[in-house]
Amino acid sequence: MEQYDVVVVGAGGAGLRAAIEAREQGARVAVVCKSLFGKAHTVMAEGGIAASMGNVNSGDNWQVHFRDTMRGGKFLNHPRMAELHAKEAPERVWELETWGALFDRTADGRISQRNFGGHEYPRLAHVGDRTGLELIRTLQQKVVALQQADHRETGDHEWGLKVFQEYTVTRILKEHGAADGGRVAGVFGYARESGEFFAIAAPAVVLATGGIGKSFKVTSNSWEYTGDGHALALLAGARLLNMEFIQFHPTGMVWPPSVKGILVTESVRGDGGVLRNSEGRRFMFDHVPDVFRAQYAQTEAEADRWYTDPDHNRRPPELLPRDEVARAINAEVKAGRGTEHGGVHLDVSSRLPAEEIVRRLPSMHHQFLELADVDITREPMEVGPTCHYVMGGVEVDPDTAASPAVPGLYAAGEVAGGMHGANRLGGNSLSDLLVFGRRAGLHAARYAAALTERPQPAAEQLDAARAEAVAPFGEGTEHPYALHQELQQTMNDLVGIIRRAGEMKQAQDRLAVLRRRAEQVGVEGHRQFNPGWHLALDLRNMLLVSECVAKAALLRRESRGGHTREDWPAMDRDWRRSNLVCALVDGGIEVRRQPLPPLRADLMALFDRTELAKYFTPEELADEQS
Amino acid sequence: MSSLEFRIWRGEAGEGGFVSYRVEVNDGEVVLDLVHRLQATQAPDLAVRWNCKAGKCGSCSAEVNGRPRLLCMTRMSTLPPDRPVVLTPLRAFPSIRDLVTDVGFNYAKAREVPSFVPPPGLAPGEYRMAQQDVARSQEFRKCIECFLCQDTCHAVRDHEENKGAFAGPRFLMRLAELDMHPLDAAPDRKRDAQEVHGLGYCNITKCCTEVCPEHIRITDNALIPLKERVADRKYDPLVWLGSKIGRRPKD
Repeated sequence: MEQYDVVVVGAGGAGLRAAIEAREQGARVAVVCKSLFGKAHTVMAEGGIAASMGNVNSGDNWQVHFRDTMRGGKFLNHPRMAELHAKEAPERVWELETWGALFDRTADGRISQRNFGGHEYPRLAHVGDRTGLELIRTLQQKVVALQQADHRETGDHEWGLKVFQEYTVTRILKEHGAADGGRVAGVFGYARESGEFFAIAAPAVVLATGGIGKSFKVTSNSWEYTGDGHALALLAGARLLNMEFIQFHPTGMVWPPSVKGILVTESVRGDGGVLRNSEGRRFMFDHVPDVFRAQYAQTEAEADRWYTDPDHNRRPPELLPRDEVARAINAEVKAGRGTEHGGVHLDVSSRLPAEEIVRRLPSMHHQFLELADVDITREPMEVGPTCHYVMGGVEVDPDTAASPAVPGLYAAGEVAGGMHGANRLGGNSLSDLLVFGRRAGLHAARYAAALTERPQPAAEQLDAARAEAVAPFGEGTEHPYALHQELQQTMNDLVGIIRRAGEMKQAQDRLAVLRRRAEQVGVEGHRQFNPGWHLALDLRNMLLVSECVAKAALLRRESRGGHTREDWPAMDRDWRRSNLVCALVDGGIEVRRQPLPPLRADLMALFDRTELAKYFTPEELADEQS
Repeated sequence: MSSLEFRIWRGEAGEGGFVSYRVEVNDGEVVLDLVHRLQATQAPDLAVRWNCKAGKCGSCSAEVNGRPRLLCMTRMSTLPPDRPVVLTPLRAFPSIRDLVTDVGFNYAKAREVPSFVPPPGLAPGEYRMAQQDVARSQEFRKCIECFLCQDTCHAVRDHEENKGAFAGPRFLMRLAELDMHPLDAAPDRKRDAQEVHGLGYCNITKCCTEVCPEHIRITDNALIPLKERVADRKYDPLVWLGSKIGRRPKD
């Protein structure tokens, strides 16, 4: 069995940043990723990386970024994570320049920053609307640079950092047989190309697998987003928190059907685009919630002035946090004011000159022209909500990214939970994965280096993992594609953007049936590059994660951020004090309440008392004062 | 809704043949939608690479009616309605299975290009560059590494023996990108382009530019300027003299 110090599962932004850090700490690192190196879902990120560098508005600093992040997350964020994130994001962006990244520039040659929903100042470092690609390519090229350095030393590019591309991990191995107790000892999985199994021994495993969107029918996420890391963590004995919070991005494409769900970047609104219903009304003015009323313009005239004079005008309501905008679009369509294909209009054509649109939003221009025959410099886009991001994830220590439940297990990026609370602000995911990817790599490397003896994978776990992986070639008759489609329909219809108790109970029943049927899944052909088999194995993960989402969503009797209940429409200050935590117990998902860590006094002092009173109970605020 | 014949090359390690399928086509679909429908209905083990399905990751490269394309960005409405759609794997790379090829050549070439060298004396956060100066390299950084240019370039496509000495358009463009980076401190990119990465094999037929799904003007904006810079450096007697007597920087 190959031996490494650190195995990173996933080669998106968080995984690569973790791998780079671990290697720079001297660890020998394996990166295992489902796709080709450089193809990770991070390339889909368009808008930018949020970091309070203050290049465009010098009023910005980490405290303002922290405040915006907490507001966006409806104060359910782990405050220490939000603090570290806001403090370290600028360094993480600047460091990318030293690795060759080329961001768009300000007039004085610094990194340009753009406006985005929920961010008080222009804060997003960007490259047109392809920032994620720039990030991935920069990290990929940094990995290559480290490999070139190793090659100079050892004659082998892969001596210290090896990418196992098109490899899928199906199990985290531990030193004992039992799911709980025992340290991480490695990973097990298969190579897509050959279908052969592999196992790597390593004392530290960093999960950086991204999200779970493929459990939903309408999603901006790629096929890889099957909740692998979430499920691997559960199966290894770790806990997931905040799984009820799913971000539906307000603007996905709605037509043609084959591209339904593909993301339309928030930059369209940040750069001046407006939302209109079928009556031509800028309806976002009708949907500003009380907690945000003081910060957003009340009239179109004021909103339009803000783009040129942000210090004396309030922001347009199109730039409310994503959950608010998604709900507003949903409400307009439901009220019969939607477009032909069930969306609303997003118009930038009447707001900016054509050449400016092409310069600022090149990939949106390209995407609509090539996939929908729509020229966004001449006509509005049709858009509607799409499942985009899961706020929930593996419970981690904020400083080290380590799972408190499983020694040797780390998680960073979308697969980790807590940072974004009930709703993530746009731009905060790329900064999140840089900040916590680095921390995960750092602490995983340190943990591995400090061990005096290494845990060895238990033999019976390897046997069980192998048996589990070949099971779909048995007698089963259930079709993996059919099961997947039913799962997506169930989650979309019953645990989607607006939730009701009855429907969520129904979802749980259907998920239970699907889980039983998935045990009977059968595939054709052999193990070499067989997508049917891959999907059959991914189903386990999607079903586990979906069960977490459905169960936690039913328990949380309030509406907050990415969790909206028709039967409990208000935010409840008592519920803010609790995270819902999922664990795997005897093969089933158990959910329990766990207190949220308190907001430190110095961080609380960053907010106005009247604002805090909207989120905190009087007792919490009284405790604070005493 | 209508139906159409798809003729797909199926096989392993270069051994195989065409299999015909009849499949429903709906309004607005792209070729990858049809491949997915085939997987879900008639051919669950049909191997294809794909990820984002939005033209951003460059995974689903294959050949549609003999032309290198992204399957996710090829709309059915752009193909002849009365003829079968022929899908084959990228021809310049070894076949693995069905539409999937071994693109390892490209990753090997990527490692041969020396990385960005940060300018000495500038700390993180101190970089200052003008937008017009970064714009040239930014165009090349739009590359999604679909490797269609590598597949179509005849220096590779028809000449397997060139693969050792020739980096291909994608990685020559990477060299141009670094050479035009306002702050890259590496000394010998131009010489390397010619002597190590085979720039001379390119005879600017622009096939790479034609297939680029990002519409990067690879030949005009990267390869020709790189050739000109190499020529300047090699043949300009003043540059030559300057580099010999150490009065002028080697660039």
